[in-house]
Amino acid sequence: MNIALVEYGAGNLPSVERALSRLGVESRRAASPEALADCDALILPGVGHFGALMRSLGDRLLVKPLREAVLRGTPLLGICLGLQAMFATSDEAPGDAGLALFPQKVSALPPVDRLPHMGWNQLRRARPSKLLEGVPQDAYFYFAHSYAALDAGEAGVAYCDHCASFVAVIEQGNVFATQFHPEKSGPVGAQVLSNFVRQAGGKG
Amino acid sequence: MSLAHRIIPCLDTDGERVVKGVNFVNLRDAGDPAALAARYNIEGADELVVLDIAASRDHRPTFLETIRRVAAELAIPLTAGGGVANVDEGRAILRAGADKLTVNTAAIRNPALLTALAAEFGSQAVVLAIDAKRVGDRWEAFVRGGSVATGMDAVVWARQGVDCGAGEILITSMDKDGTRSGFDCPLTAAISRAVSVPVIASGGADTPETFLEVFRDGHADAALAASIFHDSIQGLGALKRYLGENGVSVRQTG
Repeated sequence: MNIALVEYGAGNLPSVERALSRLGVESRRAASPEALADCDALILPGVGHFGALMRSLGDRLLVKPLREAVLRGTPLLGICLGLQAMFATSDEAPGDAGLALFPQKVSALPPVDRLPHMGWNQLRRARPSKLLEGVPQDAYFYFAHSYAALDAGEAGVAYCDHCASFVAVIEQGNVFATQFHPEKSGPVGAQVLSNFVRQAGGKG
Repeated sequence: MSLAHRIIPCLDTDGERVVKGVNFVNLRDAGDPAALAARYNIEGADELVVLDIAASRDHRPTFLETIRRVAAELAIPLTAGGGVANVDEGRAILRAGADKLTVNTAAIRNPALLTALAAEFGSQAVVLAIDAKRVGDRWEAFVRGGSVATGMDAVVWARQGVDCGAGEILITSMDKDGTRSGFDCPLTAAISRAVSVPVIASGGADTPETFLEVFRDGHADAALAASIFHDSIQGLGALKRYLGENGVSVRQTG
């Protein structure tokens, strides 16, 4: 099992590495197009700014290899900003194109409640989910964000409500993503990571 | 379904060991930060804060190592701070394993620091810590571990800090800190009304009722405490059960 974490100079790689390591899953960092091509599964972690992430991926020539890996069928898990990067555009950086795995956009959450959406919240499930297998319906996950995708079509399998209904879990073929941070979400977060590893052909 | 109110144990350290005192003085040793972190991670803490209250330049590498040791024990978010004065120091703290950083003294001297930190790491990673004390009919912000008055109104400063880029406010009542006489609900409510970001109440934690009060009357989004957890006066599980039974949304664990 060869899981690569996309390394783009920002983000929260160490906490994802530690969470995988607690599951007994070794991972490595991939910072070059070649490294992305040679792995069984990819994780795109993320915190920070949509534009900074996309520019950083662009500077490292990782955008095309990431899209190609997805087209080849390599399982990909996006986390938080990594989920947002899968969309075409974001209100956070209108001039920067996303990976466009999904045609919709990422929106600024309307300020009807406190923002950032910071802390533990529950999910509303819309479709059967592989990532959420074995996770109790009322489980809480850790969120920290002010932008979110309000719609991902059929790929949206679970939603969360804060300021608006937004996409919390995405699954479509080999593409998976969570707006919450599984690596910061205690035992249920570990279950989600384990489910991804299993989807990717590992023991999880 | 709604956002849970957070319970946050706080580790005040001298950079290396957990220390505690009353009203910011008479500090004594209260244990190993990593060992306490491991305990709180299992017992159901929603987040952990680790602060370097000595915040001396010489000890900074020691504190960064402490953050690494604490982060290694956690599957929950970690906030760290103490003496952060520029973007590079903030980056070092986040690289060591913190998800968010607190800023206090340096931000009052230079509010643009909040803007620079938010631009670099996102507002969700920037917590403005304010130490406030009742002075007449208002609360004044103090700096340097509560030893220096600024003359600034804490509520006005909170609002300005959010405008500059802070994504969360950690409001500590110096009048209540270490007294175990309940949180300062009027102060917390005043801050909470003034800003649009989440507010963490700190200082005065005691019984489960005091937590209920600060969520209900202080409109806090999170409540922070140290010694009642370190000394096992209050268990996290029992506290959360009590809050849940009294209609406060909390993440039940275990």
